[in-house]
Amino acid sequence: MPFIANFPFFCILITMFGGILTSMVNGKWAFRINTVIITATLVLNGTLLMFLIKDPQYFTFMMGHYPAPWGNEIRFGPLEALMGTVFSFVTLCSLISGKDEVFHDVKPRNLHYFYIMINLLLSSLFALIYTNDLFTAYVFVEINTICACAIVMAKENGKTLAATLRYLIMSLLGSGLFLLSIVLTYDITGQLLMVPAHEAFQRIFATGEYQIPLTIILGLVCVAMAIKSALFPFHTWLSHAHGSATTASSAILSGLVLKGYIIMLIKIIVRVVGLEVVVQLKAVNILFVMAVLAMIIGSLDAIKENHIKRMIAFSSVAQMGYIYMGIGLGNMAGLIVACFHIIVHAITKPMLFSSAGGLASASGHKKDFASLKGAAYRNPIAAAAFLIGSLSMIGIPFFAGFGAKYYLSMAAIGMGAKMWVVLFALAVSTVLNAIYYIRVISIIFSKTEGEVVERHKNAPSYTFAMTVFIIVNVLLGLFYQPVMDVITVGMGLL
Amino acid sequence: MKNNRYITAFKRFMDGETSFEPKIKETEARRESTHKEKSISERYAVWHDKNGYKLFKRAYVAIGCLIAGCIIATLLLTVSYLPPYGEAGNPVNNEVTERYIEKGMEETGAVNIVAGVILDYRAFDTFGESCVLFVAACSVMMLMKKDKKGKKEEELQNYNPKRDPVIKQLAMVLVPFNLMLGIYVVFNGHLSPGGGFSGGAIMGASLILFSSAYGYRRVRPIFTEKLIKIVTFVSLTFYAVAKGYSFFTGANHLHSIINPGTPGRIMSAGIILPLNIAVGFVVTMTMYSFYALFTKEEI
Repeated sequence: MPFIANFPFFCILITMFGGILTSMVNGKWAFRINTVIITATLVLNGTLLMFLIKDPQYFTFMMGHYPAPWGNEIRFGPLEALMGTVFSFVTLCSLISGKDEVFHDVKPRNLHYFYIMINLLLSSLFALIYTNDLFTAYVFVEINTICACAIVMAKENGKTLAATLRYLIMSLLGSGLFLLSIVLTYDITGQLLMVPAHEAFQRIFATGEYQIPLTIILGLVCVAMAIKSALFPFHTWLSHAHGSATTASSAILSGLVLKGYIIMLIKIIVRVVGLEVVVQLKAVNILFVMAVLAMIIGSLDAIKENHIKRMIAFSSVAQMGYIYMGIGLGNMAGLIVACFHIIVHAITKPMLFSSAGGLASASGHKKDFASLKGAAYRNPIAAAAFLIGSLSMIGIPFFAGFGAKYYLSMAAIGMGAKMWVVLFALAVSTVLNAIYYIRVISIIFSKTEGEVVERHKNAPSYTFAMTVFIIVNVLLGLFYQPVMDVITVGMGLL
Repeated sequence: MKNNRYITAFKRFMDGETSFEPKIKETEARRESTHKEKSISERYAVWHDKNGYKLFKRAYVAIGCLIAGCIIATLLLTVSYLPPYGEAGNPVNNEVTERYIEKGMEETGAVNIVAGVILDYRAFDTFGESCVLFVAACSVMMLMKKDKKGKKEEELQNYNPKRDPVIKQLAMVLVPFNLMLGIYVVFNGHLSPGGGFSGGAIMGASLILFSSAYGYRRVRPIFTEKLIKIVTFVSLTFYAVAKGYSFFTGANHLHSIINPGTPGRIMSAGIILPLNIAVGFVVTMTMYSFYALFTKEEI
């Protein structure tokens, strides 16, 4: 095994150790340590990705001296490395761009706790991406839940506390259902590692034994992950939690935390239960219906909204619908599109949140539309980022979101009735997306007559992070084919 | 076209005012209006104002109970389809448990198979689990800890009511033994049932007993926030470094200096004993800081 195969393990370990180390320093040093550690994970993941693109293969890494099924294991290929790279990149950029707001919103004595949470959140996301063990996944889901709630809570006021409580209850419900499904899986297969469990599931499905527990397990996993990633009927916590948290938290929660669970679900579908079994048990159809509803209702909610961050949060509900629609198609092409849209949304949504934060801080930290009028002239770089992000989310050609929509409709072709539903839902939700994004654009670009524009002074780190975000978004919009190739190769090996 | 209400509404919408705000309900006016012929919508509005919330709440509870009942029934039904408890032919009795039971002592050096599984075979999970405790303690500190200047000594007296002599005497007898038991459980984690989690819980409980019997002032000089932080930091760092080394050597098939030793001795089972101590410290500190923060909002 080459030395490079140690990199995911290093990523998980240094982010966890970073969290532990951060507890001993003050807020400023916590930020510095955090930046160094996340940059290191970005370099490690990026190197691994380059290596795996050149030579696509899957590595199995034993955590300890015992091979599967006795010891813990992580297992990774091009897809996981790609996700890891995107996740560390997005965390880094969101934190750098949101630094000033974090220092403004979070009490100084709580600052280092905030960065502890970010570190451990990232480590849990890495673990969810890389792990090959269902129970390890559960342990890190726990860490993820607590950290995610804590970074919402970091900005202490009545609204965030209420939002955190709501989020905590829903999130724990999801964790509980996931734990139940793992217990049932262990009971009928006797395995916790994914690959041995897959063999056991294939056997069970072939013999027809334990058919009902198998269905229930699948249902529990789907519902648990749907709650965790705010699919339509379970989305009510999202707008409060993401809308009221500090900008960096909203960016990370919306861009990454939701995605970690979807990647887990895709891994469970493909690597543990098997795609054919899932399709035959009709679990994907339920996800498909919920996804269509999420696309429409999330957008309608966003139109009603009058607070820029909550609007972006509701837009996330609709975008989750796109991802679940890809899963709900029940074919390999659909899963590949789902992964691609995870990347598109993970890169675009944090940029939108960061730019909304920038626009708001140029308007006296107010986030309602009336205060944001003409904000584009006060903070041009944030406005440019917002423009590009919203065009991408609407799905204008040459922006990243277009690629996702295009491949989604391509994946639906030949699926019979599902194809028409997909095409119709895509058309409707594109129009709805356009309504609320263009509205915000027109508000921030409309100048009041005779108003003297005062340029907001951005921190250099904010300008830098937004520039990087914009460049990456434009590049992803122009050259999405290589990314799709990596995902296709990775999915084939998963 | 100038005064078209749709165009005005659209303009207002694009200007950032929401056009979806509910119409202002003039409830009083409605109730007092003496029109003989009320339109249906007016009558509905009056009825809605009167009963809407109550009805919604009732329906909400009823539907919630119904859904919960359905889920409970489904899960109970599932249990009846699971393999029967304790049969030899069950799927869980496979090569995994076989190796844990037959070779566990030889491979890990721990007489207690559970300790061998959680701290050697599946040590990564346990590292995650102790990080869960750490994160939970941090979030509680973030939420509950008040600013230092906010509290005066008299206010703190409220958390320090007159202690009952019976509790004091009882605590004096119980606390040392409890602590001893906790330490024993931690140190014998690889030899007998127990380990870091259970021993830490016992030690934490005895600290809580002591602090509630004698008041925070007797505990505070020793258990400061700084001590708790340092102990947690050192324990978790030790865990991360030790297990990191073990994972690294294991995965790369390198020679590891950790050897199981003679099973049954106190200094055996590789690094399970020090790991148990580390986990025990983390659990103790977490339990005590939870108690302190939830009762008096500071440590």
